[in-house]
Amino acid sequence: MLEPLPGAAPVWRARCDPGQWLAACLAIATAGGRLGSLWASDERDTGKERAGALGGYSVHALMVTYDGLLWLDLPVSAQVAGYPDLSGIFPCARRMQRAAFDLVGLRALAPDGTPPDSRGWLRHGAWSAAIHPLRRDLALTEQLAPGDPRYAFVAVEGEGVHEIAVGPVHAGIIEPGHFRFSIVGERVLRLEQRLGYKHKGIEKRFESMSLLEGARLAGRVSGDSTVAYAWAYAMALEGMAGVRPGSRALRLRALLLERERIANHLGDLGFIGNDGGLAFGLAQFSRLKEDLLRSNAALFGHRYMMDRIVPGGVAVDLETAGRDRLLAEADSLEAELRTLRAIYYDHAGLQDRCINCGRLSPKTAAALGVVGLAARASGHAMDARVHPGFAPYDEFVPKLASHRNGDVAARIVVRFEEILESLQLERSLLQALPKGELQVTLAEPPPGACGVGWVEGWRGEVLVALQAGPAGRVRRCHPHDPSWQNWPALEHAVLGNIVPDFPLINKSFNLSYAGADL
Amino acid sequence: MQKILFQIARTGIISEPASAADESLRRIPGRLNDEVLRLLGRALAIRHVDAGSCNGCELEIHATNNPYYNLEGLGIKFVASPRHADMLLVTGPVSRNMEEALRRTYEAMPEPKLVVAIGDCGCDGGIFGENYASCGRVANVIPVDVAVPGCPPEPNAIIQGILTAVSVARG
Repeated sequence: MLEPLPGAAPVWRARCDPGQWLAACLAIATAGGRLGSLWASDERDTGKERAGALGGYSVHALMVTYDGLLWLDLPVSAQVAGYPDLSGIFPCARRMQRAAFDLVGLRALAPDGTPPDSRGWLRHGAWSAAIHPLRRDLALTEQLAPGDPRYAFVAVEGEGVHEIAVGPVHAGIIEPGHFRFSIVGERVLRLEQRLGYKHKGIEKRFESMSLLEGARLAGRVSGDSTVAYAWAYAMALEGMAGVRPGSRALRLRALLLERERIANHLGDLGFIGNDGGLAFGLAQFSRLKEDLLRSNAALFGHRYMMDRIVPGGVAVDLETAGRDRLLAEADSLEAELRTLRAIYYDHAGLQDRCINCGRLSPKTAAALGVVGLAARASGHAMDARVHPGFAPYDEFVPKLASHRNGDVAARIVVRFEEILESLQLERSLLQALPKGELQVTLAEPPPGACGVGWVEGWRGEVLVALQAGPAGRVRRCHPHDPSWQNWPALEHAVLGNIVPDFPLINKSFNLSYAGADL
Repeated sequence: MQKILFQIARTGIISEPASAADESLRRIPGRLNDEVLRLLGRALAIRHVDAGSCNGCELEIHATNNPYYNLEGLGIKFVASPRHADMLLVTGPVSRNMEEALRRTYEAMPEPKLVVAIGDCGCDGGIFGENYASCGRVANVIPVDVAVPGCPPEPNAIIQGILTAVSVARG
């Protein structure tokens, strides 16, 4: 039984049994669909367990199909605490399943009854493997005794193979994570990532908040994508509450989202140039980014526009003077961008470093379920703004930028194209801002109501699955960053490249640690 | 090459003067004597550690090195090893998964081991606070000389915090 969920994102929800769970995933994979997100929840308090029904826990999967999202909900009994492994169908499920085990204690099991990977992902040594912090009988502030911190990296053996261990603290202004390279000479034979260092209990923290307060936390899952997260959270909550923000509010949201995209792409183009040996690029692009951030501060009161999208609408408005300032900014930025693009594209040193470096082939990208900018640079034209085309993008349809080569150069080209397209969208939005309300009031959603947000941030699709508890509280919230899918792709993209190219390749993906560590 | 030179000339020098130190940000007064601070001056080497931030503070720390703020122009630079660092710039609530890495980085630094905590999370745990996975503010794990609030603090505020840590206290 498919139950449509109200809201701006096309979502259907279905409860299934283990057989249907596997069959549905297989059918979706065969039809070209992919896994959007996977998480688990503790439902023992709902009383189904006492009634003897199947249940106690649930594992949830959001599948992305051509028709929209399918939210599969598989009840799992407390005695079994296991469910069919999806990583054979969707390799990107593996880390999500490990995280779900760490937090809730449900194990993904292969047909032979063993887990595909039993190592902790979010659990390092801070608590023991027998403890699962997202279970409802554990308090948010529970003092957990340390557990075993050891972690078995996959060892690569053979003549001349050695390891380079990097992190969690990196040699720059970078988020923490560990990279284990197995090397022959200078070439990367294997890269294994270990993340989870920034895990700070975000999902548990959501459950201590009201649905309205949760918006602020959602905007701090990954600071560089604060607008995308705030919108996705608001979209989920508005769906549950049965309201739709007005046209002016939606267009202002799109304006903020495009400005977030432009700012991040500008920063990345600078850092990629710098890592490719062109420090001039960093100086120029960081200047342009700063100009944009200052306009944000002047017009929207915050450089990164945090907390400017709120459930029900927006907390900003734009007067005529502000509109004219942004239109002028778009023109001057476009001129600067064209100058710098000509320099980047003509630069022999950058060409040498970036072309064919860190290739992610279209085939590998599809197999790994890669999303967002990285997918578009590897030949896959996917973008939640175009499909499903949530409002107001149904009226302001962006031209997709895509490239087939999947290398660092392709990710540079896609960024240039996307900034130009975002500037075009900005202009269209600014010239068509209707009068109207900025915020609508939200009614309190009934306990148990569910909503989903689906927004294309600058890095890729941001998903938020939200469930209401009693009295307007959050019962469960799972924010999903595109980095979950794209981190494993980086492990593939570096294969056969030389170690000194890793920073460049890594930067060309620029994935979020915070967003996936939660 | 011609295009690059032309663009550099057209951009010109856009750096702005840095903001002054602000004693109200200091958490541990009088730890270093004036003589040491005078020797240190502004030739400062900083190691950054993200101990669990949302990465918003990292964006602003990066911005301190853009041509407008030009932190390196003041003689202050970010270094790749704690062993080269006079100061640790720490962001985030300290996640329990980063607690040991932060302690070890701190221990690897030579004296005077200046520490500046950046952002609301670094100051008091911020929206994440203390929980099963978060130790909360940076001062719960290592001693903090200066704490800069903000979510995230703007580049000028970060520079102000850094300069406060190496300025001679007045009054």
